Amino acid sequence: MKPIDPNPPDDFDIELKMLMEAVYLKYNYDFRDYTGASQKRRILVAMREMDCDTVSALQAKVMHDPSGFAQLLQYLTIPVTEMFRDPEYWVALREHVLPFLKTYPSLKVWVAGCSTGEEVYSLAILLQEEGLLDRTIIYATDINPESLEAARRGVFALDRMRTYTENYQRAGGKGAFSDYYTAAYDGALFNRALVENVTFADHSLATDSVFSETHFVSCRNVLIYFNRKLQDRVLGLFHESLCYRGFLGLGSKESIEFSSYATRFDVLSRRERIYRKGVA
Amino acid sequence: MTMAPGLADQVGKALADRRIELVVIGGSAGGVDALIGLLPAIPSDYRSTVVCILHVPSDRDSRLAEVFELRSALPVREARDKEPVQPGVIYFAGSGYHLSLERDRCFSLSCEPPVQFARPAIDVLMESAADAYGPAMAGILLTGANHDGAEGMCRIRERGGLTVVQDPIDAQASAMPEEAIRRCSPHLVLPLSGIRTLLPMLRNI
Repeated sequence: MKPIDPNPPDDFDIELKMLMEAVYLKYNYDFRDYTGASQKRRILVAMREMDCDTVSALQAKVMHDPSGFAQLLQYLTIPVTEMFRDPEYWVALREHVLPFLKTYPSLKVWVAGCSTGEEVYSLAILLQEEGLLDRTIIYATDINPESLEAARRGVFALDRMRTYTENYQRAGGKGAFSDYYTAAYDGALFNRALVENVTFADHSLATDSVFSETHFVSCRNVLIYFNRKLQDRVLGLFHESLCYRGFLGLGSKESIEFSSYATRFDVLSRRERIYRKGVA
Repeated sequence: MTMAPGLADQVGKALADRRIELVVIGGSAGGVDALIGLLPAIPSDYRSTVVCILHVPSDRDSRLAEVFELRSALPVREARDKEPVQPGVIYFAGSGYHLSLERDRCFSLSCEPPVQFARPAIDVLMESAADAYGPAMAGILLTGANHDGAEGMCRIRERGGLTVVQDPIDAQASAMPEEAIRRCSPHLVLPLSGIRTLLPMLRNI
């Protein structure tokens, strides 16, 4: 007999598990190892906005109508990002990572979980200012097709530009931020030249494998949505993709400390969460 | 114990047969001062876990853990993503991210939009803690000038946890405790001095 769980899962938890299983079996999107608490909150929002009283009702909608799934996907992924978010991170990249990257004749960079692309454009600007953009291929991957499409377009809300400009300046930007975009109506269209060498691609950190060797992987505020098992898988992908002594950048409160890869990366900047593939 | 006899009865009743493994303390305006009054009261042999969450500006690093380390008999740390919850430790929610507790008893962070204008939000932490710990937890809501925390306290109560709210008359800002009292009729409404006496009694025995 199973021992009695003093805090058994309630109906919501059970139905949520079933929904994620169904989504995986039918649409091949694997959210089964996302962290429970934030996934639950997002499902509650989806239920409210998609007019479903129970998770089962949401499941019925998603199972029998692919457009229902496309809708749910927008809640399950988290497009919260900004350009030059955490300016200190970008300063650290400029000072501690780019000097190494400059020694390579050509570069491959992977922005994993690129969402709507703010990070990709920020990185492209940084590389351009350091004279590296021409010899860099950037792979920008995400599982959400709508986010990828927005990233390709490169149009960001004009009312965010004040914040982004401040971030850019604090990040050690060398030019005028407004030179990188053209304002039209309420959008800021970023220069196409920035993303000439960017490949935007559908790639799942939960189910797909490594597609290229890279020198630098930037994956910020993605791992926090994964449980330890999935974090381990993803760090394994990065470790495999990175070249000898390649670099890994994470979000400002993320760390590899509690994963099984803790000892396989060296810390380059503890504060800015920049790591280097270990020799071992 | 420095509690009036009537109050002591009330507290005794609320605590009867409870095993508290986790205490979540939330506050906003005036919260730092309130915690200065509370956390030093926790003895060094305390084996439950305390998680504190105050509204702090999200654009700079929170120094709360460092500030309270000096005033507490227990180790004080900022809670980190996927860190297993340890007994006998006081954790603080850092700035800029929501903090949650998972069913496998580890912390998780997320940067979803602010809830009640706050990130970290007390509601987010308390609701997830209630899901993870059920009756084995207590929620304490202190002074504050907004309505964050009321929803979370309701969820704790619903899942069988103990709910304690600072007496609004005693609070530097009364809106937060008032809203929680209105919404979830907490087990105990106590002045800070009463909460200070209660806190060491919230144990896993």
